[in-house]
Amino acid sequence: MTPRGDLLPHATAIPSVVLASQSDAAVKANTSFLSRVFTASTSRRGLTFLRRLIVRILALVVFVALWQVASTHKAHFVVNFTFVPAPTAVAGAALDFVESPKAPQHVVSSVRRVLIGFLLAAAVAIPLGLAIGRSRLVADIVMTPLEVLRPIPGVAWIPLAILMFPTSEQSMIFICLIGALFPILLSTIHGVENLDRRLVYAAQTLGARNWHIFTEVILPGALPSIVTGLTIGMGISWFLVVTAEMISGRFGVGYFTWEAYTLQNYADIVVGMLVIGTLGMSSSLLVKFLGNRFMPWHRHLVHAR
Amino acid sequence: MRQGAINLKDVSLVFGSGSHAVVALEKLSLHVEPGEFLAILGPSGCGKSSLISTIAGFQPPHAGTLLVDGSAVSRPGSDRGVVFQQPTLFPWKSVRQNVDFGLRLRKVPRQERSAILDEILHKVGLSEFVSHYPTQLSGGMQQRVGLARVLVNRPRVMLMDEPFGSLDAQIRLQMQELLLEVWNEFRMTILFVTHDIDEAIFLGSRVAMLTRRPGRLKTIIDVDLPRPRKLDVLVSPEFMRLKRNCMALLREETVGSPQAQVFNNDLYNDSNQAANNTG
Repeated sequence: MTPRGDLLPHATAIPSVVLASQSDAAVKANTSFLSRVFTASTSRRGLTFLRRLIVRILALVVFVALWQVASTHKAHFVVNFTFVPAPTAVAGAALDFVESPKAPQHVVSSVRRVLIGFLLAAAVAIPLGLAIGRSRLVADIVMTPLEVLRPIPGVAWIPLAILMFPTSEQSMIFICLIGALFPILLSTIHGVENLDRRLVYAAQTLGARNWHIFTEVILPGALPSIVTGLTIGMGISWFLVVTAEMISGRFGVGYFTWEAYTLQNYADIVVGMLVIGTLGMSSSLLVKFLGNRFMPWHRHLVHAR
Repeated sequence: MRQGAINLKDVSLVFGSGSHAVVALEKLSLHVEPGEFLAILGPSGCGKSSLISTIAGFQPPHAGTLLVDGSAVSRPGSDRGVVFQQPTLFPWKSVRQNVDFGLRLRKVPRQERSAILDEILHKVGLSEFVSHYPTQLSGGMQQRVGLARVLVNRPRVMLMDEPFGSLDAQIRLQMQELLLEVWNEFRMTILFVTHDIDEAIFLGSRVAMLTRRPGRLKTIIDVDLPRPRKLDVLVSPEFMRLKRNCMALLREETVGSPQAQVFNNDLYNDSNQAANNTG
């Protein structure tokens, strides 16, 4: 019932609008044949998008209305709505939450844990993945222990993490790190290994040696795959921070949600869920947005389709 | 002194090992003059492309000597530019950045680079597309970028591996004319691999005919058509005579080869499936 599941499709549509408007400006500056073709297709796409947006908003309204009806009538049909707060109650609790002095503290502690864990994971996984993808020796040394650790779910690390680190703060950051590490690592390796070998050959005949091949060919070539890994890793970091906070947190949105359950503030449970969903979604979007900023060619690739 | 002499003596190239070994080139000897435009013609699978990748420095020869301007080839380098069958442009670089690549590697000063880029991009007709990305270009335009990218390095030798093979007939003729203009100006040595007889004769000063695998030099045909060559040369009697000559030589290599036999049976069986298998 977190909003994340059904909001995500909308969310993924948003960047394409932003990008479409950017390229519109570029198109107007250029009057070549190619760009005229692009203009025609973007305006048509704009219309379809508007229609789809209306349908999506209507669907959301119907969904919330059904939820309201179900909880006010305390529907009990397979799912028990007796204790499920109505959207109106949730809205009230959400306003209280926004005004409460503890709200920023909860949000900041969760964001901080995710951000530190995620950035550490990226700092380890990207260079390691590049090295594994380029060198068979590094792959042989590092991959075996990693393959043993990889199938272990991040949640299973929680008990050991608590024992391994002096503070629960550090153990929660470690959990976020573990969750983001493998998606980023595997995508980076994949990106390097799937790079078209002919591009490396081409660079060599243009005079490039190892260092330039790495910085000018391997790195940009693997970048789309790395960004995909970062987006997935960010999602998993959020998933894990919430779980870890429920177990050992003092602050954080996961802790807030669990506390609401133990104190029987049922509306606050849903508020917590919504906050988690919003934060997770925005951070994944941010990663995607930054990724696209670094990959202008990829933007055109999307347009060509 | 003009540079770009290529000398191959008894060059052999083997792929794989043991029972899977395929001999791509066997004791191939060839001398290419500095500034010559040599077309290389041969049946498919004869090792034409292997010859290019050996001279480019990707595949060291297993036996024999390979000299470019008197020194042995040990690895790829910008003195031997390669225009590949597929354009293989860097998708993350714009047209201008793709062409700029070689200049930047050689640390040419920024202002000088800018002037060279403007000139080359104009020459290959890409001035209006400098900020496009490769995926936004047609196949012919991509191959123009591939050519420009090599030209900025002023290579002594330009190796071309069926570069216009995937273009349609009209664009292909345009590109051939463009290439002749470029060669006329730069006068680097060009090795141009193709399976198209018309293309080989239209472009080359000589046409080197390879045998079927393992590839050796079958013969070299002098093309005495006057330069600069324009498209009407394609219907001149001398062109026709050379073409007939090449067709006969090429047929000698394809008839009797296993591929040709399957193909001939096919004509009688009228079976498309077998024809597909030969490809």
